[in-house]
Amino acid sequence: MTHAADLPLWIALPVALLLLLGAALALTGAIGLLRLGSFYERVHAPTLASTLGIGCVLLASMLFFSVLGSRLVLHEVLIAAFVVLTTPVTLMLLTRAALHRDRREGSEEVPPATASHVERK
Amino acid sequence: MTRWLPHPLVAASLLGLWLLLVESLSPGSILLGAALAVAGSRALAALTPPTARLRRFSTVPGLLLDVAVEVVRSNNAVARIILGAAGTRIRQSGFAFIPLDMHSPYGLAALACILTATPGTVVVDYDAAGNVMLLHVLDLVDEETWVRIVKDKWEQRLMDIFE
Repeated sequence: MTHAADLPLWIALPVALLLLLGAALALTGAIGLLRLGSFYERVHAPTLASTLGIGCVLLASMLFFSVLGSRLVLHEVLIAAFVVLTTPVTLMLLTRAALHRDRREGSEEVPPATASHVERK
Repeated sequence: MTRWLPHPLVAASLLGLWLLLVESLSPGSILLGAALAVAGSRALAALTPPTARLRRFSTVPGLLLDVAVEVVRSNNAVARIILGAAGTRIRQSGFAFIPLDMHSPYGLAALACILTATPGTVVVDYDAAGNVMLLHVLDLVDEETWVRIVKDKWEQRLMDIFE
């Protein structure tokens, strides 16, 4: 970050905007984690940070270091791919664990395990 | 494919991944990446995954683009819900059963990842016997609407690719 001041304005503006947007989305996700009602609702909130939030930050990072280093920086593509592939798996594990526990406790909130009542079209 | 290189596509992806990671195209890193790719694809073969056949690979870029558009759109929608800017309508979250026609394990995995990565929907459960997916939707207007969205927007196109 020592050369941040050398960055031309036309590239500094989009980098700053993308960083702010990404940070705002991460903050919104965190607020959602606090505000939403049930566990199944709260699990939706962090996806804001893990999709568009991280996307904006990575794009800003690519722009910044590609211009400063005057070469194309592609590490961020890998970060994005790994985040996109691993976050859904984590979320599904969490929700399935919650569902398993709720069904064992006989919670009224969750639907039954057998889906035989679902009509096929 | 052969005993020597069982999963050429996986091996090529691993090599690409390695070259991106070291950010160099020197002979040394290509050699090391190729060795890792061959080792990785043979390790995968030892796990004996179900066979995948990618048909109509040409539709994949379009699908990925649609996923990106959908992610941006639903980020906006979920952010509005969280910040309380979605209007005065009472929002209700809930579960939706989605009866599926797709059986390919890779197609189902891709569908689950797309739906879960999109803010506002999370795949909660999958019943293999009835081939029914249980979805939790943050803004559930009506179960039937979501069945149509999942089936028409994603399932049909994934079936074209994987089955």
